[in-house]
Amino acid sequence: MSPDRNSARPLPAFSRMLRLTRPNREDVIALVILAGLGVLFFRAGEGAVAPLSTLRLEPVQLNASYLPYYALRTVLRMFAALLASTVFTLVVATLAARSRRAGQLIVPALDILQSVPILAFLTFTVTFFMGLFPGSVLGVEAASIFVIFTSQAWNMAFSFYQSLRSIPVDLEEATQVYGLSPIRRFLKLDLPYGTPALVWNAMMSMSGGWFFVVASEAITVGNTTVTLPGIGSYLAVAIERQDFRAVAQAVGAMALVILAYDQLFFRPIVAWADRFRFEMVASTERPQSWVFDILRRTRLLPVLLAPLGAIGRLLLAFEPRVARRRAVDSRRSHPAFEWLWQAFVVTAVLGALLLTGRSVMRYLEWHDVVTAVLLACLTMIRVLVLIVLASALWVPIGVWIGLRPAWAERLQPLAQFLAAFPANVLFPFVVIGIVRWNLTPDIWLSPLMILGTQWYILFNVIAGASAIPTDLREAADMFHVRGWQWWRQVAIPGIFPYYVTGALTASGGSWNASIVAEVASWGNHKLVARGLGSYIAEATTAGDYARVGLGIGVMCVFVLGFNRLLWRPLYAYGERRMRLT
Amino acid sequence: MMASAAPAEKHLLVEVKGLRHFYTGEEHLVLDDVNLELSQGEIVGLLGRSGSGKSTLLRSIAGLIRPSEGVARLVPGPDVPDPSVAMVFQTFALFPWLTVLENVELGLEAMKVPTAQARARAIAAIDLIGLDGFENAYPKELSGGMRQRVGLARALVVNPSLLLMDEPFSALDVLTAETLRTDLLDLWAEARVPIKSILIVTHNIEEAVLMCDRILVFSSNPGRVVAEIRVDLPQPRDRLDPAFRVLVDDIYARMTARTEINAPMRDGLVPANGIAMVLPRVSTNSLAGLIEEVDGTPFDGKASMSELADSLQLEADELFPMAETLQLLRFAEFRGAELVLTPVARRYAQGDVDQRKALFAQALAQHVPLVQHIRRVLDERASHEAPARRFRDELEDYMSEDYADETLRTVTLWGRYAEVFAYDEDADRFSLEDAH
Repeated sequence: MSPDRNSARPLPAFSRMLRLTRPNREDVIALVILAGLGVLFFRAGEGAVAPLSTLRLEPVQLNASYLPYYALRTVLRMFAALLASTVFTLVVATLAARSRRAGQLIVPALDILQSVPILAFLTFTVTFFMGLFPGSVLGVEAASIFVIFTSQAWNMAFSFYQSLRSIPVDLEEATQVYGLSPIRRFLKLDLPYGTPALVWNAMMSMSGGWFFVVASEAITVGNTTVTLPGIGSYLAVAIERQDFRAVAQAVGAMALVILAYDQLFFRPIVAWADRFRFEMVASTERPQSWVFDILRRTRLLPVLLAPLGAIGRLLLAFEPRVARRRAVDSRRSHPAFEWLWQAFVVTAVLGALLLTGRSVMRYLEWHDVVTAVLLACLTMIRVLVLIVLASALWVPIGVWIGLRPAWAERLQPLAQFLAAFPANVLFPFVVIGIVRWNLTPDIWLSPLMILGTQWYILFNVIAGASAIPTDLREAADMFHVRGWQWWRQVAIPGIFPYYVTGALTASGGSWNASIVAEVASWGNHKLVARGLGSYIAEATTAGDYARVGLGIGVMCVFVLGFNRLLWRPLYAYGERRMRLT
Repeated sequence: MMASAAPAEKHLLVEVKGLRHFYTGEEHLVLDDVNLELSQGEIVGLLGRSGSGKSTLLRSIAGLIRPSEGVARLVPGPDVPDPSVAMVFQTFALFPWLTVLENVELGLEAMKVPTAQARARAIAAIDLIGLDGFENAYPKELSGGMRQRVGLARALVVNPSLLLMDEPFSALDVLTAETLRTDLLDLWAEARVPIKSILIVTHNIEEAVLMCDRILVFSSNPGRVVAEIRVDLPQPRDRLDPAFRVLVDDIYARMTARTEINAPMRDGLVPANGIAMVLPRVSTNSLAGLIEEVDGTPFDGKASMSELADSLQLEADELFPMAETLQLLRFAEFRGAELVLTPVARRYAQGDVDQRKALFAQALAQHVPLVQHIRRVLDERASHEAPARRFRDELEDYMSEDYADETLRTVTLWGRYAEVFAYDEDADRFSLEDAH
C-alpha cells in the first residue's frame, strides 16, 4: 500500500479539488437513496404531528395499499426510539463511568431497570405523554416511542458503561499526558472504543424493539383505546377481525422492513464501526456492506458532510484548554463525607420505596399482595419449565451449529431474522389451536412466553460452541471421547458461561413477555392463563393503577431475585470453574 | 549527553522530595521516602523489579498520579520557563482507530496548535523517527518496533523538556529493541531533539548500563532507592567491553546484596512466627531447571548472575526471584554477583524424582515458616483439614491482599510438589489426605 503523501498537505490544489468533487456514478446512487429516505421521513413525520382526531377520522384500514405508509410510520417510531436510546446511552453511561458518585446511583438503577417489565408501564406512560401533548397524535406517538426506548436504552447504556470501564489504562494515561480535555477525550477515546459494542447492542435492541412496537401501537387503557397507524396496529386489527390474509400481509411487510433497514442502515454502520475494533492485529474477515462501499466511493458526499465536521472543530476550538499536569485525585474524599453520601442515597431509595408502597397500598388489601405473589409463583413455574424445555431443544442444536463454522455462517442471518421477528404475530394461531382442540390455556398459552426469547439461548450456545478451542476438540477426538462423556467434559463446560448469559436474558424476556402472552385473543375468542402477566394485563385494561403498580412491584422482585439467586451464582461458578482460556 | 550538556551549569529539571505512595486503603506502601534530582542533559535510569514502584514514581512525575506524601515537580529554569513532559509507554498506547499521523498529532491538537502547523510538525517528527511513508497507516498494520516509533514520534512532536519512558523496549524482540535504542541515543547525542533530559524505567540491567548516565537501583516492597550508580563509559557503549561487564556484574551484586538484607523481613514488621514473607510465584520446574543449569558443565556449581541471565535467556527481573528462592531454601547462596549451589542442591541435581521431592520437602520444612505453620495446623486438627481462607487472612495482616494471595498460591504449589500437604481448589481447603 503506497502512502498518499498528498493527503498530508494542508490544502490540495484547486484544480485537483475540482476533479475530485465531480460527481461519479456512486454519487448518483447515494443521492437517490438519501433523497428517497428524506422524502419518506417527512411524509411519516407529517402524520406524527397531526391532531389527535385524525386517528378517529382515519382508522387503520386492512388494505394492503396502506401498508407501506403504516410500515413507514412504524419504522420512524423505531428509529426515533433508537436515536433517543443512543443519546441517553452516551450521556448517562459516560457520566456513570467518569464520576464515581454518579456511577453509584446510575449503575444499580440501570441494573434494576433492565429487569423491569417494560410493558407494565404502558398504563402510566400513555397517560403521561397524552397529557404532555394534549390533542395531538404526538402524545401517543411519544408514549409508543417511549415503550420502545425503555426496551433498548438500559442495556445499551449498560453495555457502553462496561466498554468505558474496560478501556486500557495506558490509553487513558496517554490522553492525560498529552492534555486532552474531557470533550476531546470523549471523542478520541471513549466514543470510538465503545462504538463496536454499542452498534452490536443497538442491532439486537432493534430486533427486540419489534415485539414492543406490536404491543404498543394499539393501546387500551381503561376506557380509552388508541390505535396509531403502523404495522403493529394493522396486525392488531387483523387479529380482531380474524382476517388471515391481513395477518400474512403484515408479516410480509415486517419481513421486508427488517431486510431493508438491515441492508440500508445496520450493515453500513457495522462495516464502518469495524475500524474502531480494539485490536492490534488486522483481522482477516471484515464485515461487508454494498451500501457502505457506495457511500465510501462517492465524491460529493464528503463535500456535503464537510460543514458538519467544521462545526465540530469550531466547537472544539472554543473549548478552554485544560492545564497540563493535573493529577487525578485517586484518594477517597473524607470518610465522614463518604458516609453522609451513602446515607443520603440509602435514605432517598428507602423513602421513594415507602412513598410508592403507601400510595399503592391505600387502595389495596394485604390479600391482594398474597394473590399477586401466588400468581407470580405460577408464572415463575412457567418460566422455569420453559427455560428447561428450550435449553433441551436448543443446546444440542446450537452446539451442532457452533462446531460447524460453515453452517454457523449460513444460519446466522436466519437466526437474527427469526429473533427480530415479533413473536406476537404467532399468538392468533396458538389461540385457534387451543380453541379448536379445547386445550387448557393455563398450559398451552405458556409457550408463547418463550417464543421470542428462546433465540438468546441459541445465539449464545452457538457463540460458545464456536469458541471451544480446536486443540481441545482434536484432543477429545484423539482419545475417542464420545457420547455423554463428550458432553460432560467438552461441550457443556465449553458453552456454560455463554449458556448462562443466554438463559438469563431469555428468562428476563419471558417474564416481560408474560404480560402479553398470558392473555391472547383471536377475534372474540379471548384466552387467559392464570399468572402475574395476565394479572397486570387485565389491571391495565381495567385502568386499575393500584393493581398495575402492585403487579409491577412483585414482578420486579421476582425477576431481580431470579437474577441474584440463580443466574448470577451460576455465572460466577462458570467463570471460576469452566473458563477455557 | 556529553555533546548536549554543558557540565559547568547543570540546571535542575525535576525535583522529587520525600515521596511516599500508598495503594488502596493506605495499607500497602509502594514508594517510601524517594528523593531524586534530575538535571538537564542527562539520561537517568530507574532500575528495579516489578513491585518496586518505579512506574509509580514515573507517573508521579508525569502528573498522572498524585503521591500520598511529598512532591514531584518540574523545575522551571532560565532556558525552560515552562517545562513539560511526554511519555512513551511499554504497550505503546496507540489509538487503533487513528492513523500514524493522527496519533502523532494527538498532543498538538490538544495544545490547539493550528492545523497546518500541527501537520507540518507531525510529518517532521515522523520523518525524524524514520517512519516516512507510513503516515496514513493504522497501527495494526505496523510491526511492534514501528509502533513504538510512532509512540516516540508522538512524544517528541510536543517538544517536551523531559521524556519519560516506561519500559519502552521490553515488549519488543531483542533485535528491534537494540535498533530503537541506538536510534534514540543517536538522536540524543546529535542533539536533534529538543529534549533536555530522559528518565527511563527498566528492569533490564544491560539496557540501563547501555543508555544511562546515572542509574538508580530500587528495592521492592516498598520501593526505595538503594543505590545510585554513575556510568561514565563513553557512548556508544559496547556490551563486550570489560568495563561494561564489570559494571553489569556490580549492579547484579548490589541487587543481590540488597535482597540478603531485605528478604527475610519486610516493612519492619517482625511477626512472631516469621510467616510474613512475600513468596514470589516461582514454579518448582524452573527451580529444578536453574539448579541443573548451575550444576552443569560450564558453571559447575558456581555461576555469575549476568552469565546465567545470558545463557538462560532470562531478564534479570525473571532470574532474581528464582535465584532468591534457591537462597531462601538454602539450595544456593550469593557471593558477590555469583550464585553458588550448596551441597544439598548438588545432591538434588543428581537425585531421581523421589529423592528430589524428599530434599525439597526437607528444605520447605526447615526454611519456609509458612509451610511449617500450615503443616502444624493440619497436624493439630483431628480432621487434618483447614480452610485456605484462614491462612490468607493471617497473611493479610502483614501484606496486601494481592501479595497474600500470590504467597499462598506459591506455598500451595511447593507444598503439593513436595507432598507436604494437599489442597482442594473447589473447597479451598488444605488437608493431609493424600500427602505422606
